Amino acid sequence: MKIRHLAAVSALAVMAAGAASAKTFVYCSEGSPEGFDPAPYTAGTTFDATAHAIFNRLAQFKPGTTEVEPALAESWDVSEDGLEYTFHLRKGVKFHSNDKFTPTRDFNADDVIFSFDRQGNTENPWHNYISGITYEYYSSMEMAKLIKSIEKVDDYTVKFTLNQPEAPFLANIAMPFVSIVSKEYADALEAAGTMEEMNNTPIGTGPFKFVAYQKDAVIRYQKNADYWGEAPKIDDLVFAITPDASVRLQKLKAGECHLMPYPAPADIEAIRNDPNLKLDEQAGLNVGYLAYNTTVAPFDKPEVRRALNMAMDKKALVDAVYQGSGVVAKNPIPPTMWSYNDAIEDDKYDPEAAKKMLEDAGVKDLAMEVWAMPVQRPYMPNARRAAEMIQSDFAKVGVKVDIVSYEWGEYLKKSMEPGRKGAVILGWTGDNGDPDNFLSVLLSCAAAKDGGANRAFWCNEEFSDLLAKAKASTDQAERTKLYEESQVIFKDQAPWATLAHSTQYVPMAKNVTGFVQSPLGDYAFDTVDITE
Amino acid sequence: MLRFIFSKLLYLIPTFIGITLISFSFIRLLPGDPVLLMAGERGVSAERYAQISAQLGYDKPIWQQYLTYLGNLFQGDFGNSIVTKKPVLTEFLQLFPATVELSLVAIIIATVIGVPVGVIAAIKRGSWFDQISMTGALVGFSMPIFWWGLLLIIFFSGTLGWTPVSGRISLMYYFPQVTGFMLIDSLLSGQAGAFKSAVSHLILPSIVLATIPLAVIARQTRSAMLEVMGEDYVRTAKAKGLSPARVIGVHALRNAMIPVITTIGLQIGVLMAGAILTETIFSWPGIGKWMIDSISRRDYPVVQSGLLLTAGIVMIVNLLVDLTYGLINPRIRRQ
Amino acid sequence: MTDMTTKISDSAIRRQMLKEFWFYFSQNRGAVIGLVFFVLLVLTAIFAPLLAPHDPSQQYRDAFLLPPAWEENGRAAFLLGTDAVGRDVLSRLIYGSQYSLFIGIVVVSIALFGGILIGLVAGFFGGWVDTVIMRVMDVILAFPSLLLALVLVAILGPGLTNAMIAIAIVYQPHFARLTRAAVMGEKEREYVSAARVAGAGNLRLMFKTILPNCLAPLIVQATLSFSSAVLDSAALGFLGMGAQPPTPEWGTMLAEAREFIQSAWWVVTFPGLAILLTVLAINLMGDGLRDALDPKLKRS
Repeated sequence: MKIRHLAAVSALAVMAAGAASAKTFVYCSEGSPEGFDPAPYTAGTTFDATAHAIFNRLAQFKPGTTEVEPALAESWDVSEDGLEYTFHLRKGVKFHSNDKFTPTRDFNADDVIFSFDRQGNTENPWHNYISGITYEYYSSMEMAKLIKSIEKVDDYTVKFTLNQPEAPFLANIAMPFVSIVSKEYADALEAAGTMEEMNNTPIGTGPFKFVAYQKDAVIRYQKNADYWGEAPKIDDLVFAITPDASVRLQKLKAGECHLMPYPAPADIEAIRNDPNLKLDEQAGLNVGYLAYNTTVAPFDKPEVRRALNMAMDKKALVDAVYQGSGVVAKNPIPPTMWSYNDAIEDDKYDPEAAKKMLEDAGVKDLAMEVWAMPVQRPYMPNARRAAEMIQSDFAKVGVKVDIVSYEWGEYLKKSMEPGRKGAVILGWTGDNGDPDNFLSVLLSCAAAKDGGANRAFWCNEEFSDLLAKAKASTDQAERTKLYEESQVIFKDQAPWATLAHSTQYVPMAKNVTGFVQSPLGDYAFDTVDITE
Repeated sequence: MLRFIFSKLLYLIPTFIGITLISFSFIRLLPGDPVLLMAGERGVSAERYAQISAQLGYDKPIWQQYLTYLGNLFQGDFGNSIVTKKPVLTEFLQLFPATVELSLVAIIIATVIGVPVGVIAAIKRGSWFDQISMTGALVGFSMPIFWWGLLLIIFFSGTLGWTPVSGRISLMYYFPQVTGFMLIDSLLSGQAGAFKSAVSHLILPSIVLATIPLAVIARQTRSAMLEVMGEDYVRTAKAKGLSPARVIGVHALRNAMIPVITTIGLQIGVLMAGAILTETIFSWPGIGKWMIDSISRRDYPVVQSGLLLTAGIVMIVNLLVDLTYGLINPRIRRQ
Repeated sequence: MTDMTTKISDSAIRRQMLKEFWFYFSQNRGAVIGLVFFVLLVLTAIFAPLLAPHDPSQQYRDAFLLPPAWEENGRAAFLLGTDAVGRDVLSRLIYGSQYSLFIGIVVVSIALFGGILIGLVAGFFGGWVDTVIMRVMDVILAFPSLLLALVLVAILGPGLTNAMIAIAIVYQPHFARLTRAAVMGEKEREYVSAARVAGAGNLRLMFKTILPNCLAPLIVQATLSFSSAVLDSAALGFLGMGAQPPTPEWGTMLAEAREFIQSAWWVVTFPGLAILLTVLAINLMGDGLRDALDPKLKRS
């Protein structure tokens, strides 16, 4: 029954697509989207297929940067105390239509309120419209605790009141999970009793309209001719789902797609030398690190941690593990992020000095564990190899290392146990480009307890105070100064050995123009074009 | 006959319950916690952890979870995927036609080639044809199909450029899914070249998947034929002066087909296992690839119900084979 | 006294059977070829350290992805070329034979031992014990074997040992069924009743009296399982759930080589060829065994 009905939908869509078909852009994506409602999901793959193609937010990241600019909100005012944000909405923005739904009104304040309320308000019928659904980002960004109320001032004005001043708030609402969905569409689906369609046939305001999805194979979109911003230059957008990196490359070479994400490091050289391809590269917004357990002796002493950092030949490690697609990290935040403190000097690689420092600290015959993640992440392509290199470096200063690894879920769980022995290799990819999204999430006192992400269990009051102050301020210059200071404390206390920031590569066909790589790792195609 | 069917069905019930028990308990034994995997590097607070566990029903005692699971099954609810939040059954039905299409084409290839080869080999026992085809069958039977698939890709897609690397049809063609079978849908679409494209995508994977069944069927047909041809009634028929074609076609072949049909039916389990490898190599969007991905993502409900559904299908096909067998051979029914 | 005479005649019969068996077996040319290849393989595995020109995990940093010696750019030192991190493919294949044989032996032993035990119990006691055991076996057989093995490995954790355990569990019902069927057939025979009357206990009846007479089909099944075990463990390795890199297990080598299917055919071709030839040899032997044992089965 259901299959028939889906067929009818796409049959109509074909006719629509057939009429306008001209320039088709094919993106060989790395995986299937989890669903088409961006709010409940966390994977970048899902956001590329939904939030960036189909939807907009109140604010957005300026292409190629992490700067926040107006989107569905034309402008906003922030009250003196930083608690009230008043958004002035763009007029005349049209939602998409499909064969089942045609919007009767433009985007307005009701849609904004609905998009937030359904995630935070457990009473909202849409909060649980699919059984087992959770709003992971909304909850982990603590939006519910942050937002006191959302009021509709008039059809085109919405006022958010916060419980405490929070500078990263604007960056938060530019994130995919608070994409603005149509309340009118939701009401129609609710009336028809087909609420799950919200997650199957999305309606948004974005540059592309959703046409059809064939599970694990293809997603098709069509240009939104009524787009409020600059309309896309391509007519049809196709995501060809191709999980295997070498197959993606083959398809790119064969002209079956125009652009692909995440090439295998081993293929980078060949891509560079291919006359039909070009390669875009950019420092990623991420960090790979080794976190000591700062609550267990002798790692509770900063001088021991610093000594170990000095014993590590990070240059060699980055060369071997990242194979030229990474840079040595000295700070916990990547160099592309504002407030990166470039004045800080990294620990010199000096095994002799390190050995002496360990002796001075009274550490003898130290044996420790180094944990290696079982999976590949953008920030750490091969943790096992990294651990082996650390093992041999530490051996030179008389520290014996055992490498341990667990299944990924176990690894995440065990690395959160406060009594954990040994240092753990992990990393982080930024969500919104705000330094707070690295420093508070990974290193604050709050994150050091109760399942937080502070794997070093490092709680430094001075450091955390600086972060809190920076979070409460809306003055960018002041925030920058505070974060720069915090990085000095971090370097001095050395709860981690910062290992590397990895580079993102985007191979594409020579005739592709206008692709702007996002530091956040998003793939958006509203600006791309194909030249003949 | 009805009684025979009924007794067979009755026999399936304990097996089915056993299957649910196994698929359920296996999944509980998997290390790694889906809630933690969902949270990733960010971590999750104890409070939130409890909240999500409760929402997913993982906080209840195991036996209660099992009973809920069984209860839902009988209402046709196979649970929702943790990753996509969509009903497992819906996802299964979306991907199943791809696997069925691949398996059907494979089993057709295997039968259409395997049976005649086996028959000829038996008739010309000891001839060069017999020797070569049976050696070939043994090689096919010993084939690591994941390697065989790679070789075919290197040669036909790489060196010759004849066939595409992966997928079910070229992206150029876009038409509504009516049956879910690309071969049929591409014909229905009426678009020029669509069917050809679908065939060219299907050809390598189905050859790979057909390899082992083909070998098994050819060997089985040959030995069944040899056995039947040695039986008294065939010899009698020959002695009566019936033409060799009639002897083989009517008497020997029909009786030899009984074990061959069983063999073909039993290949379904082999196909399911083969589909896992074939679909992985050719990025074929079917059940096998879906299960592998779900195992690595710890998507409990998908692995659990996916196991159950595949085992259920194997069971039903085996039942059908039994019934066919009973139809052809009345002696079985009475036992 | 009677006990003595039966023993003597037993061993005489066995010698006679063996002779007859070899006669039938050696008639089958394929089986003999298979046997010879298999013996060579066993020798290769045993003497791997002597035969292999290089250490299988030694990475030659100046020799990444070298083609075989006879190709352009090939080096005589690396007869079958090198892989992505400069390891000698031939040496890895030679050491890989150890894994494949080891896997086959362990899997078959576990499955055989477990299956025989379960089958004997089910067949010998019958009744509800039999029903329960056989229903459980049915359930295991209802799952596609590779899928079940995959899930089992996911539970136990990826690795060679766990892959072997998983495959053995999946194979064991075949042995249990065979044993049970044979036991059921033998149980009612006169020699069993005679032994029972003579006061033999259950255990003695099961293992000393009945089991030796059920061995023929089990041996054939064991050979078949040996080759399937080599295939399935390679498949698990290929899917990343079997032996873990840098172990030179053939399936794992193939998995690592997959990204080079366009650029370096030798890293893909040779491990697969090794698997194919090994499995083929064992299957040839299995065919010969079946032919040699079958007439005897029919006659007894």
